[in-house]
Amino acid sequence: MADQQGGVAKPPFWNDPTIRSVAFQIIALCVVVGIGYYLFHNTQTNLQQRGIASGFGFLQNPAGFGIIQHLIPYNESDTYGRVFVVGLLNTLLVSVLGILLATFLGFVIGVARLSRNWLVAKLAMVYIEIFRNIPLLLQIFFWYFAVLRNVPSPRQSLELGDAVFLNIRGFYLPAPVFQPGFWVVPLTLLVGVIATVVVRRWAHRRQEMTGQPFHAFYAGLGLMLGLPLLAFALAGFPLAWDYPVLQGFNFQGGFVIIPELAALLFALSIYTAAFIAEIVRSGIQAVSHGQTEAAYSLGLKPGQTLRLVIIPQAMRVIIPPLTSQYLNLAKNSSLAAAIAYPDLVSIFAGTVLNQTGQAIEVIAMTMAVYLTVSLSISLLMNWYNRRAALMER
Amino acid sequence: MKKSFAILATTATLACVLANGTAQAGATLDAVKKKGFIQCGVSDGLPGFSYADDKGKFSGIDVDVCRAAAAALFGDAGKVKYTPLTAKERFTALQSGEIDVLSRNTTWTSTRDSALGLNFTGITYYDGQGFMVNKKLGVKSAKELDGATVCIQAGTTTELNLSDYFRANNMKYTPVTYDKSDESAKSLETGRCDVLTSDQSQLYAQRIKLATPDDFVVLPEVISKEPLGPAVRHGDDEWFDIVKWTLFAMVNTEEMGIDSKNVDEKLKSDNPDVKRLLGVEGDKGKDLGLPNDWVVQIVKQVGNYGEVFERNVGQGSPLKIERGLNALWSQGGLQYAPPVR
Repeated sequence: MADQQGGVAKPPFWNDPTIRSVAFQIIALCVVVGIGYYLFHNTQTNLQQRGIASGFGFLQNPAGFGIIQHLIPYNESDTYGRVFVVGLLNTLLVSVLGILLATFLGFVIGVARLSRNWLVAKLAMVYIEIFRNIPLLLQIFFWYFAVLRNVPSPRQSLELGDAVFLNIRGFYLPAPVFQPGFWVVPLTLLVGVIATVVVRRWAHRRQEMTGQPFHAFYAGLGLMLGLPLLAFALAGFPLAWDYPVLQGFNFQGGFVIIPELAALLFALSIYTAAFIAEIVRSGIQAVSHGQTEAAYSLGLKPGQTLRLVIIPQAMRVIIPPLTSQYLNLAKNSSLAAAIAYPDLVSIFAGTVLNQTGQAIEVIAMTMAVYLTVSLSISLLMNWYNRRAALMER
Repeated sequence: MKKSFAILATTATLACVLANGTAQAGATLDAVKKKGFIQCGVSDGLPGFSYADDKGKFSGIDVDVCRAAAAALFGDAGKVKYTPLTAKERFTALQSGEIDVLSRNTTWTSTRDSALGLNFTGITYYDGQGFMVNKKLGVKSAKELDGATVCIQAGTTTELNLSDYFRANNMKYTPVTYDKSDESAKSLETGRCDVLTSDQSQLYAQRIKLATPDDFVVLPEVISKEPLGPAVRHGDDEWFDIVKWTLFAMVNTEEMGIDSKNVDEKLKSDNPDVKRLLGVEGDKGKDLGLPNDWVVQIVKQVGNYGEVFERNVGQGSPLKIERGLNALWSQGGLQYAPPVR
């Protein structure tokens, strides 16, 4: 027997599975690299032949056009590079606000959908079915052209106490002007937040040791609101307001939310909230009813049951699809171009591309941004998912 | 192992590149002849320049330039297909080869002629940027527009001129930038902005599309030079020549008094200039790679420059724009074409 085993001839090297798999992988990689190089080379030759400028030098050139909304100081003599940052920040602004609003709305409607109150449940269902089934672009147009175009002109603004104005040009609010000495307020707020965390930990330990609950919520509220308010009063109210005033064609001063942002934000969050509501409903329904019964038999109140038993378990089911919705929302924000909201796609991949003609560089940068934003959301949510996942002990 | 891998990768890449040779730009003219029609980039709806009627038939000055080129090349002005483009999309469409000629009231500037890899073939319309406001505002001059909200179309020279003009005059403005000219016009109408700015010809064209055109007025100031013309991409000089001379032929025929009605008569003319232009004498068409009767076809099927102007934006159209700068040089305007000789 032993003789026979030893007598098996070594297979020729082209039949050796290890060598084969390595060889095929090398060939596959070569093909990919080859195609990539070919595309790069071909593009470069074509660009050169047609005399189209290339490279990233254009980012230093002055842009020369105005942008309606910029979170950092910007004027027409700033560079294309700064336009990129302005567009990026506008995209992030609408994405972050959209995610917050959609999550809040989605959770409320998702829970309402399961309500025992017939009217509430049906209303939630109608909301979901309507907004989930109408294309997002149409919803954006609806908010922008049908709703926000019907508010009055600047001279006939709807107003609230000479401070808040609503007209077709936007929603005008008084802007805070920080006076010297205001720094104590954010400082005390920070102290309040840290103190709240400490108190909560202590309350948790006390309950585990003695079974005595402590209402950390109210203590935290007092620490986070009361402390800064007290500091604010002691510092002599170092805050003034810049009120919007009608001057010439428009309101000047104050803080304005432009209708383009409002329309995009409404459409994005209302649309995404419908999906999130369904995700929340499925998550809650995935928790077996036995859990609720067990919680009740332990004497937990319905609110406590929802908060302490159902939601933590539902979150495990909710988070992965929720991540996809957040990614969708961030990417859908590029529909801004349809209604003049100056996001990255609209002003950078649109106007800058048009002015410079450098499609490849501009589109590559834009794609890199969306990839980075999406991957960051993904990473963050995956980290949260790992924390919320079932711990096997 | 790693080393052999690196060598293999390099050879594979090299082989790939050598096999394909240098990348070809692809001569536009050959491609156009092969497919049998011209793919023409036009605007997304601007009366007088390029506008599709309810049957989907395009008309306008910009459209007629493409039709004339088709008449010269194929002897049939109908061999054109149109791609409506927004201002933002137009250059990429031309650079990438999606269209063969961009005839979309595009301003000739140095950047576009160089860094964007385009060649402008001439000037079909001498224009300038203006402002349109609602009469209710009571504004009489652009100098009174400090603090106004201005609607513009994205990716245009007007966007840049606007900021220059306001900065030069120490005025502030809020820009609202739309992709489509229709949207910016609608926004003026609904009051999202106080002013609409664009080339004056466009303002007149947009005005007749509004619900109540009489409520709006174009201000007297013209703040820029906007020479509008067709463009082709770099890399095919023959194609560039054909589009360029199509335009010159239209201007030259007007100058010599040749129009769509009398062109057959003019074929019998004794005037050597006319004979050369119409291809009765000499081989001017062949030199361009065109049939010798190219000018006859252009004039017969599309008309001379004056006819095209009057039909689309002049007295024969709802726009009723005066010839002004666009009159022939011999009549006090700027339209001037090199001779066919």
